[in-house]
Amino acid sequence: MKEIIGVLKTMIPLAAPFLYAAIGETFAQTSGVVNLGVEGIMLLSAYGAFYVALNTGNLWLALLTAVIIGLLMGLLMSFISVTLKAEQGISGIGLYMFGYGMSSLLFETTIGTVKTINGFQPAKIPLLGDLPVVGQLLFQNSIPVYGAFLLVPIAWWVLNKTTLGLKIKSVGQNPAAADSLGINVDRIRYFSVCLGAILAGLAGATLSTAVVNLFQDNLTAGQGFIAVALVYFGGWSPIGVLGGALLFSFVNSLQLWMQVLGVKISSDVAVMLPYLMTIAALMFSVNRARQPAALNKPFERGES
Amino acid sequence: MQAKKAVNSSSSVHRPVFDWSNVVLHLLLPLAGVLAALLIGALMLIILKANPVAAYEALINGAAGSVSGITQSLVKATPLLLVGLGICIAFRANVINIGGEGQIILGAIAATWFPLTFNTWPGWLLIPATLIFGFLAGAVWGFVPGILKARLHVNEILSTIMMNSIAQQFMYLLIRGPLMDPAGIAAGTFLAQSARIPQQATLPRLVPQTLLHAGAILAVVLAILVYFFLWRTTIGYRIRAVGLNPDASRYSGINVPFYQAFSMTLAGGFAGLAGAIEIMGVQHRLLDGITSGYGFTGIVAALLGGLHPLGLIPASILFGGLLVGANEMQRTVQVPSSLINAILGLIVLFVSGAALWSRRWAARRNMGVQNEEEKS
Repeated sequence: MKEIIGVLKTMIPLAAPFLYAAIGETFAQTSGVVNLGVEGIMLLSAYGAFYVALNTGNLWLALLTAVIIGLLMGLLMSFISVTLKAEQGISGIGLYMFGYGMSSLLFETTIGTVKTINGFQPAKIPLLGDLPVVGQLLFQNSIPVYGAFLLVPIAWWVLNKTTLGLKIKSVGQNPAAADSLGINVDRIRYFSVCLGAILAGLAGATLSTAVVNLFQDNLTAGQGFIAVALVYFGGWSPIGVLGGALLFSFVNSLQLWMQVLGVKISSDVAVMLPYLMTIAALMFSVNRARQPAALNKPFERGES
Repeated sequence: MQAKKAVNSSSSVHRPVFDWSNVVLHLLLPLAGVLAALLIGALMLIILKANPVAAYEALINGAAGSVSGITQSLVKATPLLLVGLGICIAFRANVINIGGEGQIILGAIAATWFPLTFNTWPGWLLIPATLIFGFLAGAVWGFVPGILKARLHVNEILSTIMMNSIAQQFMYLLIRGPLMDPAGIAAGTFLAQSARIPQQATLPRLVPQTLLHAGAILAVVLAILVYFFLWRTTIGYRIRAVGLNPDASRYSGINVPFYQAFSMTLAGGFAGLAGAIEIMGVQHRLLDGITSGYGFTGIVAALLGGLHPLGLIPASILFGGLLVGANEMQRTVQVPSSLINAILGLIVLFVSGAALWSRRWAARRNMGVQNEEEKS
């Protein structure tokens, strides 16, 4: 019983980076742009946030740094993919390589060794936090973790109940029609990609300042790519993404606990699990009916 | 972009095959991308309080300033060329292979296990057998995402990245377990590496006292063969047709899923071969970091080489040199070589972005050709 609660308790914070990154990517993809650079944005922002937290001790400044890094990388990605209409699979990999390279470079030159910080502390919600089991699991987390879960209904509301959401969907489904109705396709796509990139930045910052409270080379180890896969798995819906994020963080948490408890399974095999699961998730989640029709297709006026 | 290119090449029936504006398009534009990325790199060097002139001088000297530098650049160009060939083939079928890292690892594992197991075979048999086995191991690692893409529409970029991580863990498992060097176990050091492969399985050196091995020649020969394969055989034609227009290919009876999976399998095979050659020609044993990031740098080389097997040869040498130079830069100016990884990322961004201009250029030229034809 204690172990089950332990697994569930680590699972909640582990889901937060997935949620930020995957919901951000949901916005980008709903507008028709696949941003495969999420991993790179996460790495560089995780570094930036950690560096600021380490040197100033101000965690809010750390989050702000991550937001700025996310925004800048989002602008770069939009410029290449929307304005210059690049092949999105390739430009995303370029953004990843850039973010990874920069984070390694800056980590080596400015921090050097793996250090830890105190990071965001659990903030117990009054009353709810005192509930047995549930309170301990859900209402004794840090603020960035709460933020990640709050993001799910907010994103759902924005995408489904607002004019902005409708515009994002329309440029992802039929950019030519949206354009003829006077919607600025490029502007909506810039907005969606940048919003997604800012959230990817928060994902990185949450990881380095609220979940593991350290930075090391390749800290994210593929979580950004898994987050992109979660968007497919979740069928481009924030609620679906929530389900996927919980599933993956559960497996991650289980794997950590198995190592702690010394279950007789090779740790190498356990570490493979999330990656194998991602492929399985992609195999069984291809709900193509819900895929934005103009996904991965740059828009050019007067074409098609 | 590719559709336009096809129209463009059909128009070359009316024009001389060699066209200077094509050279400008496919050579100068990518090189401008590299230059822009290097300039931003210089800016980063200044921010890191390093002298960019001294740093780039060290880079060039390291790569091309000595016999050892040049041969090392060629040694690093070899796996880049092989991985890049695979990426070219896959890309021509409109399948993006980001799985080079994992496929290299599989090839390396195979090329370590095979000669260690059949260590009594003579070299003339062991070397080709090991190369083929390495190719096959990588091909399997490419086949999986290929068939998943073809049959279940699984995004191949994501699946290949996951296959990379799985291969990495699989290698750790082997070099800490069944493949761990018995000498290390006996000595109690337990180094996470395999035993050395038998001497007769190593590739002969081309230049004495250097690392340059026969694999480099094999890679160039394969590049020429891949060129003929893609442009002079039916299978190659079909691969390119699938990439240019999958719908039209389907209507004309080409089995599109088969060629998608097949091109990815070939891509995996070439990366696997790169891994095998890295074991047989350079490292001689399996150890962590065997890929040196070639799976990703190979993508950059392939892009810069215009996704053309012959364009890849100079592009691989350029990036092989860049990698060697980066190490020299790290030694002399104390700038971490990861700077080069960031620069490589920028090159990918710029070159993929610059494709817009080459596309527009090609479109404009096509219109010009059409107008001329209408007049005549």
